[in-house]
Amino acid sequence: MSINNDFRPTIVAFCCNWCSYAGADLAGSSRLAYPADVKIIRVPCSCRVNPMFILRAFEKGADGVILCGCHPGDCHYSTGNYYARRRMTLLFSMLDYLGVENGRTRVEWVSAAEGVKFSETMNSFVEKVRSLGPNVRLGDLRCKN
Amino acid sequence: MQELINRAKALLESGEVARVLGWRKGENVWDVEPAFFNNAEELENFVYNGFCGANLSKYMIEASKLEGKTLVFLKPCDTYSFNQLTKEHRVDREKAYIIGVGCKGKLKVENIDAKGILDVIGADYPDAAETLTVKTLYGDTEVSYKSAMLERCHVCKGKEHMVYDELIGESVDTIDADRFAEVAKIEAMSPEEKFAFFQSELSKCIRCNACRNVCPACSCRKCVFDSNKFDSAQKANTTSFEEKMFHIIRAFHVAGRCTDCGECSRVCPQGIPLHLFNRKFIKDINELYGDFQAGADIDARGPLTNFQLDDCEPDIVTKRG
Repeated sequence: MSINNDFRPTIVAFCCNWCSYAGADLAGSSRLAYPADVKIIRVPCSCRVNPMFILRAFEKGADGVILCGCHPGDCHYSTGNYYARRRMTLLFSMLDYLGVENGRTRVEWVSAAEGVKFSETMNSFVEKVRSLGPNVRLGDLRCKN
Repeated sequence: MQELINRAKALLESGEVARVLGWRKGENVWDVEPAFFNNAEELENFVYNGFCGANLSKYMIEASKLEGKTLVFLKPCDTYSFNQLTKEHRVDREKAYIIGVGCKGKLKVENIDAKGILDVIGADYPDAAETLTVKTLYGDTEVSYKSAMLERCHVCKGKEHMVYDELIGESVDTIDADRFAEVAKIEAMSPEEKFAFFQSELSKCIRCNACRNVCPACSCRKCVFDSNKFDSAQKANTTSFEEKMFHIIRAFHVAGRCTDCGECSRVCPQGIPLHLFNRKFIKDINELYGDFQAGADIDARGPLTNFQLDDCEPDIVTKRG
């Protein structure tokens, strides 16, 4: 067994209060399993997520960060997720540009009725991050030697 | 140059402007610094030559709070920053009398490939020569004007002033490179190469904050990097990651508002190519949300304060590879 198989990633999931957090709730009450590695942080809207939150999560030891919000068009605040979508696209592109594996970041739209999608998303995301291994690039960016 | 001084003196004398914002002579020809001039005597120290790369737009934020109008000299690229600041209500257009000055490309003394430089001759505006004579401790040498130019002048946005009250002086086109060529080169690298490249560049950062202080887009009254609750407020607090985080955050904060004026790279004492961050955002915005030049149109909505219903999803980053 390789070391990678023992690796349990730390995943931070930002979930919007109105859709994805309720989706996570539904996943739980429907007895759908998703890895305990996922730590959910509830935010009022996906648009509340400052790009700094994501960087901060990585800096503090997250191996992957996922942002879940209402489907475009379903935002509780009408347009929040449209802004979040542009911001995250640019941020992820920048992280990719800096040489951070792009599998560590993800945006998924999960509605309150999509408990199944929530659990599937989390399972696949954790699997992806696990295959990438621990996040060293964003934790250790200055030449130490 | 004398033409600019004479015009400034006339405007001061007529009382139309209360002060002049321009560039002041330093000890050496390249030590030019932005300065306010309050009267005709002080204007004797005014200078406009090839080393006047400094963008004066940001100083207009403070000048807008003062009594009376300020005469400000803006190069074509500076007018984009001025427009952007007007749009953000940081400068008051009514408080500015803008003289658009011609530009023949600006120089950086570090780009002159010679040691022990004592003087540079031929950089005077408007008589800038094709070839600069560089006096050094070891004798005279000649370099071409183009080779000593700032990086940003090779990818010039054009010599048209976006905003002005009057224009003085001729410009010369200096563009001779593709603005996004460097960014595209890095994009084509493997993740390991990209990471190694940025690590080697950013590990030079001494967190002097010069890039932030000079940036016309970084005009928040309270900056996130000045918060003592934030770990990267001081260099002493920074962990290995903070360095990179500082530059990502700074680039993100100005994304969609950065006019690509290139001041960050010009002032960096460590020579970090900071424009590569801003230009990456500009390139992405252009490709994903349509061409956008901050400061060109004062009424246009910035790309990050706007959206389309059918914008691409963030996984485009993975898909386009």
